[in-house]
Amino acid sequence: MTMVTEKDINEQIAWAKINTDVLKSMENPRPAYWITLAVCIAMVACAALAEYIQYTVGMGPANLNNPHMWDMYIAAFVFWIGMSHSGTLLSAILHLIHADWRKPIYRFAEAMTTFSLMTAGLFPIIHLGRVWNMYWVLPYVSDRGIWPNFRSPLVWDAFAISTYLSASMLFLFVGMIPDLAICRDNTTGWRKRLYTILSLGWIGSDQQWRNFRKIYLLMACFLIPLAVSVHSIVSADFAMSIMPGWHITTFPPYFVAGALYSGCAAIITLFVLLRYFFRFEEYMTLPLMEKTAKLTFAIAMVWTYLNLIEFASVWYGHDIYNKELLIAKATGPYAWIFWTMLFCGSVLPFTLAFKNLRRHMPTMFVVSLFLNLGMFFERWMIVAPTLSMSHEPHQWDVMYGSIVEWAIVFGSFGWFGMLFLIFVKVFPSVSMYEVKEMVFHRKQSLGEEDLARMTDHAKPVTQTTGGEGT
Amino acid sequence: MSLDNILNHWSDYRKGAEEGGHHNYEHRWAMAINLDLCIGCNACSTACYAENNLPVVGKEKFEKGQAMHWMRIERYWDQQELEHPEQGASFLPMMCQQCGAATCEPVCPVAATYHTPDGLNAQVYNRCIGSRYCSNNCPFRVRYFNFYSYYESSWPEPMEQQLNPDISVRDKGVMEKCTFCVQRIRTVKDKAFMEDRPVQDGEVITACAQACPTSAIVFGDTMDEGSMVNKLWKKHQVERGVYQKTQHAKKNADLRGYRIFEELNVDPSVMYLERVREDV
Repeated sequence: MTMVTEKDINEQIAWAKINTDVLKSMENPRPAYWITLAVCIAMVACAALAEYIQYTVGMGPANLNNPHMWDMYIAAFVFWIGMSHSGTLLSAILHLIHADWRKPIYRFAEAMTTFSLMTAGLFPIIHLGRVWNMYWVLPYVSDRGIWPNFRSPLVWDAFAISTYLSASMLFLFVGMIPDLAICRDNTTGWRKRLYTILSLGWIGSDQQWRNFRKIYLLMACFLIPLAVSVHSIVSADFAMSIMPGWHITTFPPYFVAGALYSGCAAIITLFVLLRYFFRFEEYMTLPLMEKTAKLTFAIAMVWTYLNLIEFASVWYGHDIYNKELLIAKATGPYAWIFWTMLFCGSVLPFTLAFKNLRRHMPTMFVVSLFLNLGMFFERWMIVAPTLSMSHEPHQWDVMYGSIVEWAIVFGSFGWFGMLFLIFVKVFPSVSMYEVKEMVFHRKQSLGEEDLARMTDHAKPVTQTTGGEGT
Repeated sequence: MSLDNILNHWSDYRKGAEEGGHHNYEHRWAMAINLDLCIGCNACSTACYAENNLPVVGKEKFEKGQAMHWMRIERYWDQQELEHPEQGASFLPMMCQQCGAATCEPVCPVAATYHTPDGLNAQVYNRCIGSRYCSNNCPFRVRYFNFYSYYESSWPEPMEQQLNPDISVRDKGVMEKCTFCVQRIRTVKDKAFMEDRPVQDGEVITACAQACPTSAIVFGDTMDEGSMVNKLWKKHQVERGVYQKTQHAKKNADLRGYRIFEELNVDPSVMYLERVREDV
């Protein structure tokens, strides 16, 4: 080999510098931050206004009609649920397989999981005709002995999403405890009070670390089947029906692959943004971006493969409704969305195969946005055409949502952005203790000669990382 | 849905639609619609509006596809009709088919739609939360959603006086559909019960069947051996719970009976008699 393998992270970074860099990202928002936050809040306000209209008037203003009982709300719901999967992939799956390159970038991905779930969870509620009765889906004990219909995938949805949301919030919080202790020790005022409560008396003792490791591993193991099941259940909303284009056996893996795909693309987007705005060049390094991009590429190919399987099985299955629908998707009124989806989802990811492009941040930023556009279109293509062209030809109709519907969908991006922006200023978006771990392990593997050159920040193995209890 | 119920009736619940499902039916209300007699006059649809308090949504919302016509006349121009437009289009009165294995029922998250011992798909308006999954899973697309509150716009004073008192007016956010005029069925059943006798054939008549000028719609109980509708179903060899061949496969011009989307195996309760065209 002529080229020296580039390092994922500079193992000579001092631990104190890691603390300083990450803590610095949490203070003094620049004007750009406030402007972005204001834009996000304005988007949420528009959505709230639209929802107010919908709440008082009915579902009519959203332009929903007889064949299109579901539309963009459900597409957006599937999109946001999908977005939530990459955090679990990075934080739990890669944790289990000891891929330590995840360490500098998993925290914000995990936050993304939680916030996109909080966004996704709103949509099934928003789209209800009688929102005020939404709790009827839950199996609470009532005087009349009325239960929800346990055969309905929508009830499974309610269980799956609430379980996944609470588990991933807990996972995010537990994983942050040592970092919160660092924050506690380095802040004053309301932050100090907040972190004191949240760090749960963390002093970094051996016992605490042992317990922490156990619970973190346990939660990672718990979260992985949840992540797979939650999107399989979302796919059951469609696959359990008898509608052409929905009743497809490959839907659960297809949805999970699509979920990981859009999640990885979103990680790239946020990676670039955080790297640029928080000057995290030393932690969110180019080799890490390369690894993320390769992962995204692999998942993109899985997604493409599952798409081809779906097309082939529909084509050779000779179910007339399914086949006609597939042809209508490719040539009918939704053709431009269908082909944009295939271009963005299956052709564009080949840019990730080129090393030069993988290392070019502006390109990666734009590409990742287009990948997610493709994934949004994918969800649209799952929901809308089936309703437009199902069994009954008399009810065939093409519908594009009204301003009310789109306002709520765009507002969801504002809602997500708002939550994420608040998160990055209140909580460390890079895991300090795990970066220290990574640096430490990398340094160890350098060998004796390098060990001798260590600064006193890297003490012997028994040293605990993070939250050095003062 | 108590535990006792599940334990005691487990083997019944395991029965598929082919074995009659897990229902102990008292009646199986059904229809036979002779398309040869249908002239597409929309009287049935109008009668349905009057009987079931259906809101008239207006032109704009109708064009948006938000109409509430439980009974609709579908108009088709097949190849033959296009070649001979003087013969007119084909008409298909379409309403809820009250499927025996209804796809709308299992998907409702709150069990607002369920199967009655009468063989009907009941819709409980008060229980409905408007997730609209039932409509999405209906191959016939005969479920209608209250996208707005129509009470004031559709029945301005004094028109609310003409509302049918036997049936509620639904508010926004609720799914509704053809009930086979369940209020009429209940009235007749109650009367028969008071008089301690079975329900007679022809005693229950739906609004659409009553209004049809050509008597294209026959309504009755298929469990009543002597009923008109049962005779028609038998005559055209349409059976419940049995996968039907289409009328083309029967190779008998007299057997015109078919059920729509038979291949989906949802066991509809409406049999249509194919329209016979003269060869031109």
